[in-house]
Amino acid sequence: MKKCFWIGVLLGVVFLCAGCKKEYANGEVVVFNWGEYIDEDVIKMFEEEYDIEVVYDEFTENEDMYPLINIGEVNYDVVCPSDYMVSRMIQEGLLAELNYDNIPNIKNIDPEYLKSAEEFDPGNRYAVPYCWGTVGILYNKTMVDEEITSWSAIFDEKYSQNILMIDSVRDGMGIALKYLGYSMNTDKESELEEAKQLLIKQRPLVQGYFVDEVRNKMIGEEAAIGVIYSGEAIYTQRENENLVYVVPEEGSNVWIDGWVIPKNAKNKENAEKWINFMCREDIALMNFEEITYSTPNKAARELIEDEDIKNSKVAFPDAETLQRCEAFRYLESGVEELYMEKWNEMKAMQN
Amino acid sequence: MSKPKGRLAAYNRRVRYLLSTPYVLWSIGFIVLPLFMILYYGMTSHDGGGFTFENLKLIWSPTNRSTLILSIQLSVISTALCLLIAYPLALALRALRLKSNGFVILLFMLPMWMNFLLRTIAWQNILEKNGIINTVLGAIGLPKLNIINTPTAIVLGMVYDFLPFMIIPIYNVLSKIDDNVIQAASDLGANYFQILFRVILPLSKPGVISGLTMVFVPSLTTFVISDILGGGKVLLIGKVIEQKFKMTNDWNAGCGLSLVLMVFIFICMAVVQKYDKDAEGTGVW
Repeated sequence: MKKCFWIGVLLGVVFLCAGCKKEYANGEVVVFNWGEYIDEDVIKMFEEEYDIEVVYDEFTENEDMYPLINIGEVNYDVVCPSDYMVSRMIQEGLLAELNYDNIPNIKNIDPEYLKSAEEFDPGNRYAVPYCWGTVGILYNKTMVDEEITSWSAIFDEKYSQNILMIDSVRDGMGIALKYLGYSMNTDKESELEEAKQLLIKQRPLVQGYFVDEVRNKMIGEEAAIGVIYSGEAIYTQRENENLVYVVPEEGSNVWIDGWVIPKNAKNKENAEKWINFMCREDIALMNFEEITYSTPNKAARELIEDEDIKNSKVAFPDAETLQRCEAFRYLESGVEELYMEKWNEMKAMQN
Repeated sequence: MSKPKGRLAAYNRRVRYLLSTPYVLWSIGFIVLPLFMILYYGMTSHDGGGFTFENLKLIWSPTNRSTLILSIQLSVISTALCLLIAYPLALALRALRLKSNGFVILLFMLPMWMNFLLRTIAWQNILEKNGIINTVLGAIGLPKLNIINTPTAIVLGMVYDFLPFMIIPIYNVLSKIDDNVIQAASDLGANYFQILFRVILPLSKPGVISGLTMVFVPSLTTFVISDILGGGKVLLIGKVIEQKFKMTNDWNAGCGLSLVLMVFIFICMAVVQKYDKDAEGTGVW
């Protein structure tokens, strides 16, 4: 008798829980995005407008996301990788072609960026740009007595122990290559070796190698110079007005993150609705204001009220700056490992 | 007489089988199989999968060798420091044994209930250039301490994070030493140091050994502590292995290096096995 009672209670609870869950008429969409890379209200708005449940998942690095898509254990419907990862996934046949009939809002995206995206996605068949930015130097104008315009600053002994270097193989090696006048996508061992030697010389000068921590360390004035992504730079400037962001004259990396649909997606149409929604100007604006990474959405940029931000060179560098920049391409696997090897040889030095 | 005994044995056996089945299944599925998978990956080549020793040989590349040596150095230093700090403390705790010991032990266990990542990040804030220590030092006019992003900071982090793993097993063994043994020694004319070195120390050996392994193994393989407190400037072998999996997606190389590390750990375990035979209850719990 007692047993029956408890089973009844249990069933009741289960049904109650099931009842709490809202029923969505149009199924679900499983989204896989970078951490802190969206305004969360946008997700709720999408659910209400389209009556589609959003299952939202986050990753921290392209390299974390890639094996999950490759193995295909989880059926993600829409993912947001960076340029070189998109090209790798295209090459390996992991992506499905987009049906632009379902993405009319593509008209909001500045053709300029669609053109840049062709570098890793010829014909724009697989990816719709979501955010983009550059890699550059953030410096504290009260802690240096010159205007920094060149990568030479991060190799300058003057700033010993006052430099925060980026802890990422492609970005770190890329900066050294760019400073030496080579391509960031080079596959020549001699050039990589030269870059490594430069980084070894830089090693004793840097405080450390970081990615996410640069933001808070620069705000807290832990260092005078840091290498940072442009999107983070806008955030730091809000918190500490002494910080200045520049894209060095030698050029740098310009990157684009784009929405793609994996081949094994179960809800392709819902995924296209999601991409379309992300391209809507008001939604792109909400996202931009929340995460401060530059939006390729022309219509959204027009809507920005703050003139300073709208015309900010950090958020929207001019064409001339961008011309000096280079996007990462996916390198053949042997070359990718060579980058890693050189970087680690530098890291393992104890100078 | 023999009949009930036989029935009891059968009963015991049945209980043993019944109760241990889930654990055995778990161990096979989540410990033994993964180990074999590591062995398989480690001994096959990345492109195509023939049998090879290449992945193991990777450890001899100059980079990997120097990271391994540095890792061993740092973990040996931290383990030694942990022992030096933990042993006197465990002795003191033993002396306190009466009512208060539950509380004092709790004080050492309490931080362990908090995520260790969080505690390590706290150390980052304490040691930073403009961190808590340097702010205080600066305020009273003393020179600043620059240990963040150096091997010293990593050792500090390891000692802080793994100290409880040394204290608990040593304390457990020490608290089981009968007071009568010590009294007997002193009745026979041993002075304090003789009691310590010739009675207490040998009796506590199993606890020390198990503490040594429990600190040495995680500090040899850690990559999180070196990331957070080393500022990416100190490359340890754990980090190299992590990169193999995450960045270059070369599981075979990663497994090969892990196997080499496991050899060091097996050596450690063998030493423990030798001394630890009759010690029970020296684990953390």
